[in-house]
Amino acid sequence: MSADTILETKNLTMRFGGLTAVKAFSAAIPRGGIVGLIGPNGAGKTTCFNMITGFYRPSEGQVLLHGRDITGTPPHRVCKSGIARTFQNIRLFGNETVLENVMIGCHLRQKTGWWQAVLCLPSSLREERAVAATSRELLAVVGLGDLAGEKASSLPYGAQRRLEIARALATQPTFLLLDEPAAGMNPNETQDLMGFIRDIRTRFNLTILLIEHDMKVVMGICEHIWVLDYGETIAAGPPEAIKSDPRVIKAYLGEEAVAHA
Amino acid sequence: MHAKTKAILNLLSVAVLGLFLWWADDNLDGYQIQILNLIAVNIILALSLNLIYGFTGLFSLGHAGFMAVGAYVCSVLILAPEQKEMLFILEPAFNWVREAQAPFFVAVVAGGLAAALFAVVVGIPLLRLGDDYLGMATLGFAEIIRVLAINAPRITNGALGFKGIPDYANLYWNFGWCAFTLYVVIRLVASNSGNVFKAIRDDETAAKAMGIDVFRQKLLSFTIGSFFAGVGGALLASMLATIDPKMFTFVLTFNVLMIVVTGGLGSITGSVLAGIVITILLEWLRIVENPIYFGDWELQGIPGMRMVVFSLALICIILFRREGFMGKREFNWDWVRQRFGNKAGRHVG
Repeated sequence: MSADTILETKNLTMRFGGLTAVKAFSAAIPRGGIVGLIGPNGAGKTTCFNMITGFYRPSEGQVLLHGRDITGTPPHRVCKSGIARTFQNIRLFGNETVLENVMIGCHLRQKTGWWQAVLCLPSSLREERAVAATSRELLAVVGLGDLAGEKASSLPYGAQRRLEIARALATQPTFLLLDEPAAGMNPNETQDLMGFIRDIRTRFNLTILLIEHDMKVVMGICEHIWVLDYGETIAAGPPEAIKSDPRVIKAYLGEEAVAHA
Repeated sequence: MHAKTKAILNLLSVAVLGLFLWWADDNLDGYQIQILNLIAVNIILALSLNLIYGFTGLFSLGHAGFMAVGAYVCSVLILAPEQKEMLFILEPAFNWVREAQAPFFVAVVAGGLAAALFAVVVGIPLLRLGDDYLGMATLGFAEIIRVLAINAPRITNGALGFKGIPDYANLYWNFGWCAFTLYVVIRLVASNSGNVFKAIRDDETAAKAMGIDVFRQKLLSFTIGSFFAGVGGALLASMLATIDPKMFTFVLTFNVLMIVVTGGLGSITGSVLAGIVITILLEWLRIVENPIYFGDWELQGIPGMRMVVFSLALICIILFRREGFMGKREFNWDWVRQRFGNKAGRHVG
């Protein structure tokens, strides 16, 4: 693999009993890129995410981060090694405030533990203040600076999505996986989101892999795209090539569409 | 309000509590003092269960087991060797059990640490289980501890238990430990480690994705909670002066659970308030167990009636106010000032 590849998957396969959800998914993701994973519902996109982030142990294949094998590592260690993610069905810590949600993301890199906090040691107090400050900065970046004290579950949908991204950024990732970031957004919000994703890429020096159904987003910001259908990778390449690939059109629109095209 | 003002107000409250205890020690009768002692111990137990169940979301029903461990360890350490010689009539005590001696404070800490050790040993296999299964498994653990206590007569004096345990646990010890527990739990919950516990309660999957070692954090919360359960058990043993395995049945866990749920899962203030109110009510409700006279007509008292009344009350709370007295809200000085500020304003207006 080239030195510029941040994450590589080799023949990643996931079988649930007799069902093969993902079959031999191989991809090399270049450092600093924004790349996409698309496919019809049930194609196995989220399963790929779950294998990369350690929620599923792949039946076959490998995940390499910076060339290091992280296959089957538990999720919290995967996160520690620099991979953060969001969820398709937003999973915030609903009873906690917006600020606390982001602070929880910071806990991973915190050096002082619970007993230092109980003893009120200066090192711990200083770090807790620093964590709160970092979290506020992140909230400002995603545009939720004014809502720090609100309960996370009370936020409107779009804001919850952005909070989830802020929380993922708090873990200081080098590689960010976004699972349908534009789901449920109107065209205006989607437009903002595209700018926002580009913005955080440069700002935090990230590589981003996203799953998305909104083709405008995918074609607009992704530099490379993988297409899954029934678990198989049916196409891979830059957006222009994907747009005109007959197999992709068939997967999305059916046989006749190709014949009439 | 300024942080310094709050700190001064907190210190003042502790001073007021101290003054009250000093006054109570001289002016209240033994029964009333015993109720105060029970309040302190119940608050300790409620806080420890709230940390485990309310803040971390671990449905643990093993509290009586951890209390038993604390109570036995503490009792063995504070009973004098001659006393133990007389007590162990089923089988003589092991030498190390008979000779073990420690000052009261050390004995209570040892009780807590022993309970924490049990929590680690039990927690490692059990905390991998989810909600209901964890409840059942911990319930089983508490029962095992009880059966062990009955069947290890050379350490625990079997079914007879201990009598004449020195009653060192006076108002100051009990409320001192209560204040310490309160302090630790408040600091813990307010820190980012506390946020992590709450994150696990809210969404375990998301917590894992945020790099949190969920199992380790659960074990931590479970162990800290159990330490204080052991401390509570130790104080209870010294306070009641007598313990036996029958004392540590599920009913004991249920009492603590009732306080926690009534006060509000995830509210420290709730646990403290409910600890006070329910302890007093449980005593006061003894009148329903005595005969009551309406003129000439006599209503026969039924033993155990107060638990029926309480269980009904708990059912009502669960039906109509599931989040408890306080929900997840907490007391704070700003809120007090606002309330009083508003009232004063209204009077002027």
